[in-house]
Amino acid sequence: MKILVPVKRVVDYNIKVRVRSDGTGVETAGLKMSMNPFDEIAVEEAVRLREKGAATEVIAISIGVQQAQDTLRTALAMGADRAILVLTDESPEPLTVAKILKVLVEREKPELVFLGKQAIDDDMNATGQMLAGLLGWPQGTFASKVEVADGRVDVAREIDGGTETVSLALPAIVTADLRLNEPRYASLPNIMKAKKKPMETLQAADLGVDTTRRLTTVSVSEPPTRKAGVTVSSVAELVEKLRNEARVI
Amino acid sequence: MTVLVFVETEAGQVRQASRSAIAAATKLGDVHALVAGDAAASDAAATAAAKVPGVARVLKAGADVLAHELAEPLADLIVALAGDYTHLLAASSAAGKNVMPRVAALLDVQPIPDVMAIVDADTFVRPIYAGNALATVKSSDAKKVLTIRAASFDPAPAEGGSAPVEAVTVTVTDETSRFVSAHTPVSDRPELESARVIVSGGRGLQSAENFHKYLEPLADKLGAAIGASRVAVDSGYAPNDSQVGQTGKIVAPELYIAVGISGAIQHLAGMKDSKVIVAINKDAEAPILQVADYSLVGDLFEIVPALTAAL
Repeated sequence: MKILVPVKRVVDYNIKVRVRSDGTGVETAGLKMSMNPFDEIAVEEAVRLREKGAATEVIAISIGVQQAQDTLRTALAMGADRAILVLTDESPEPLTVAKILKVLVEREKPELVFLGKQAIDDDMNATGQMLAGLLGWPQGTFASKVEVADGRVDVAREIDGGTETVSLALPAIVTADLRLNEPRYASLPNIMKAKKKPMETLQAADLGVDTTRRLTTVSVSEPPTRKAGVTVSSVAELVEKLRNEARVI
Repeated sequence: MTVLVFVETEAGQVRQASRSAIAAATKLGDVHALVAGDAAASDAAATAAAKVPGVARVLKAGADVLAHELAEPLADLIVALAGDYTHLLAASSAAGKNVMPRVAALLDVQPIPDVMAIVDADTFVRPIYAGNALATVKSSDAKKVLTIRAASFDPAPAEGGSAPVEAVTVTVTDETSRFVSAHTPVSDRPELESARVIVSGGRGLQSAENFHKYLEPLADKLGAAIGASRVAVDSGYAPNDSQVGQTGKIVAPELYIAVGISGAIQHLAGMKDSKVIVAINKDAEAPILQVADYSLVGDLFEIVPALTAAL
């Protein structure tokens, strides 16, 4: 069984971005970039499935600018077998990403596509579900546990109020939530080995996918800031403020 | 314009998050509410949805295949009904986020998740980068597929309306996906998304035992829901669905009490729209203090019992 794992290069999760003063977007120049944390979890789970013998090959895919190859090298160092980089001019929308992935799914014929549930830059939480829709495959989103057996994948999903388990016929789409696993750190020998693993580069324009954006960003602004609060010195003062000033208790 | 809202119900009432989606939908046009479930559940849900003021018509889809809100048949159902609706909406709930992007893909539409404000019929405001920036986006799609951030729209009331109910024919099937089981412990506490008060705990609690021992009496006194930071959830102090933050629940209660939570940007993203924020932390430099209205710096193991006793 082949597993495809799309990974996205995003601003590192520890960095608080700043809105550009002209309101056209956020400033990303010079910031540390990393693999989207949810995608790391997806890579880890796919590699574990191969290590357990439930999968034969893990293929990492990234769609974006040339530097996304660094993100793919990270996936290879974590244990992915090979990588595909699809070059685009800018960061495409989930609809475009899903269409590009569909072309690659039809070419590679995996039985499982494992994605992070959302990217921490655009916070869309959409690509996995959209790819599932385009392919007509079942989807197990927000996964906290995954078991593959007998042509099916059982996915424990995080839902409002608890968890639920669904059983999907393969081929299927799974998106990873935070608690699925703790991704490994790539060891130095594995980072060195990753440099020799195959990486194919494709041009999005050659895949026959309509990449027209449907959403135009009109403006990007800072969220309203909260005005500075006060430090209270005792529980009694806190209770007094909550009762008489804020009037919330 | 007429818009379709996929509505979730629970215990005979429309969920608050769905009532926020209905409130948002009324800004766009006439509202039709879609309820889905097996025959009995869809009857009860339709009765509940018909009572929500602002709903002009309820579409009731009753079939066994719809019993568990599985995304595959539900998306096919919504697409089959999409017809002339200009906008298709749902709450940004686990179910809404699961099904609506699939609907959008089937309609060749780029969805707009987590809508915080409606500028006009094509233009919406949504958070990006964990809410550290707000993007105003304009869609060129003929049909818009939106999920609505509940904390940003005051919910429509649960009662007061009397919309007609129309049963829709369900022809969808799904053999690829099967519901196995659900684990949703019943709690006497309010839901996080609809609670007036939330008591939330983090790393400072140090153990699952302390988390319960210190936070539950305080929450009981205040009739509060209990939330948690990611660290508290990862460490097993609190269940997964209590996580507040960028990738957990987005909440905006009247009072949010953060106990032993340092305030990572991902956590702040989930609660900084709360009306009043109280931070109890031993670290005077913790980022949570920068968004708190009232900060109390000290040992939470002394402060929390004292606060509970003082209420």
